[in-house]
Amino acid sequence: MQAGMPMPIDAYLLLSLALFTIGVVGVLTRRNVIVMLMSIELILNAVNINLVAFSRYWGAVDGQIFAIFIITDAAAEAAVGLGIILAFFRNRQTVLADEMDMLRW
Amino acid sequence: MLNAVMFFFFAALALTSAILMVTRRNIVHGAVFLITTLLATAGIFLQLQAEFLFVVQIILYVGGIMVLFVFVIMLVNLDVSLHLVQFNRQRFVAGVLAVVLAAQVLGAFWVGRASLGPGAKQVMEPKNTEAVGQALFQRYMLPFEIASILLLVAMIGAVVMAKRRV
Repeated sequence: MQAGMPMPIDAYLLLSLALFTIGVVGVLTRRNVIVMLMSIELILNAVNINLVAFSRYWGAVDGQIFAIFIITDAAAEAAVGLGIILAFFRNRQTVLADEMDMLRW
Repeated sequence: MLNAVMFFFFAALALTSAILMVTRRNIVHGAVFLITTLLATAGIFLQLQAEFLFVVQIILYVGGIMVLFVFVIMLVNLDVSLHLVQFNRQRFVAGVLAVVLAAQVLGAFWVGRASLGPGAKQVMEPKNTEAVGQALFQRYMLPFEIASILLLVAMIGAVVMAKRRV
């Protein structure tokens, strides 16, 4: 183990990988669009764990700056995505992804 | 020792509530479990001595984004959707694909582990918030401004999308 790290970096990477995979499963298998959006938040969160762990590993603060930018991005994405879901729900009265098939022939 | 206890507690909490978030039928419960996952992640940030991100995670993620999610769930949630099938038809293929993806990342990690290097010798400086502020307003000034423009665009987009008549 490295001197500055509270745990070996492998532990953080494996935790991050597990959370990422759970998020991918959520995006690919659920029908509800809101749950899919929440799973995307989970994926972004898993990436943040990686960035902060490596920031600590290298003793530099840059990884934490990137994590802040990712959180900003998640906020923007959630605002626009939920706006689109609300607009779609007003028009079609559904939030299920497999019923959003207007562009399908 | 205390570090290991903290890490395994928060990691187990995050993983359990993430699995529950993906599998629960009621999306309000899903949102609450996602909040638990985000709080456990904040604990891991604290354990990594990233105090500023710990606070940002709680205030911005849990206090801002998740409240927005819960509001939209309340506006959109139909009781009939509780009795529908919650997973789509491609769920088995998707599960296999996710496992393959995880195995690939794990393999890449296994191969690249040797070249990772011993890490930095110096310990992070104790004034975390001050260091983040210095880096954000000196080296990362331009990305910071671009992020503010992104937030402005997202704000306008959200207002236009959620307006009653487009």
